Amino acid sequence: MASIWEWANPRKFMAWTDRALPLLSVLSACLFGAGLVWGFFFTPDDYRQGATVKIFYLHVPSAMMAINIWGMMLVTSLIWIVRRHHVSALAAKSAAAIGMTMTLIALITGAIWGKPMWGTYWEWDPRLTSFLILLLFYIGYMALWEAVENPDTAADLTSVLCLVGSVFALLSRYAVNFWNQGLHQGASLSLDAQENVADVYWYPALVAIAGFMLLFVTLVLLRTRTEIRARRLHALEMRERVQGQ
Amino acid sequence: MMPDLGKYAGDVLAAYGITILLLAGLIWRSLARSVKMKRLLKQAEERRTNG
Repeated sequence: MASIWEWANPRKFMAWTDRALPLLSVLSACLFGAGLVWGFFFTPDDYRQGATVKIFYLHVPSAMMAINIWGMMLVTSLIWIVRRHHVSALAAKSAAAIGMTMTLIALITGAIWGKPMWGTYWEWDPRLTSFLILLLFYIGYMALWEAVENPDTAADLTSVLCLVGSVFALLSRYAVNFWNQGLHQGASLSLDAQENVADVYWYPALVAIAGFMLLFVTLVLLRTRTEIRARRLHALEMRERVQGQ
Repeated sequence: MMPDLGKYAGDVLAAYGITILLLAGLIWRSLARSVKMKRLLKQAEERRTNG
């Protein structure tokens, strides 16, 4: 059996993702569309929250992805630090913009949902605040990649930033449990809970979450391929410059 | 077909609209950069092959 490192070899990575991306794109579009259409058109209003319960299918998957994408970036950054594997550093770089967008969606949909339910768009609540800090970490991470010209130095510095930011990714997940205060409720969905939300909301939520996850996988593969090409282009241009001198 | 969203129609539609806009922007940017990088790399490799 081929080792995982072999699959992450740039040439092999480009070959297998070239075959996988069309299928993944179709699958993610279908699941993402199905989850949102099911949630928006075919779920009843909640007896307390009314039609705002439909925001659940955007807010919960995007918030889950915002935290999990940082987790993925942490793993790939650690691989870079330990094994100096270029594709893993580029995968972390590629994931950041997706994570930032997910965090932004979670914050905006949360604010829109909060206004009719809590009477305010924003409150300095532990979970909301830690999510805002997570957004700033995503922006800082992306800015650092752009600010450093040498790609290996940029990968080193952003990996360290990613390790530090992981504290806030964890905090944004467990802030409610740590401080037990604020407006935001505990986790709506949990694998170890005896009972989650009612089945009529739970099944479309699962489809929406799967859709968001597949969309992330598709985009991160596409963007990593682009980063590999950009790196190769950079190397060729440097060679041209040296030969031209 | 359109569900009756009652007094929360503005909130729900705004949430869906903003999410779809943000994700569409992300997908568009990812595809546009992919196409651009593929073209630039092809040109650079042709220059290298042709000396």
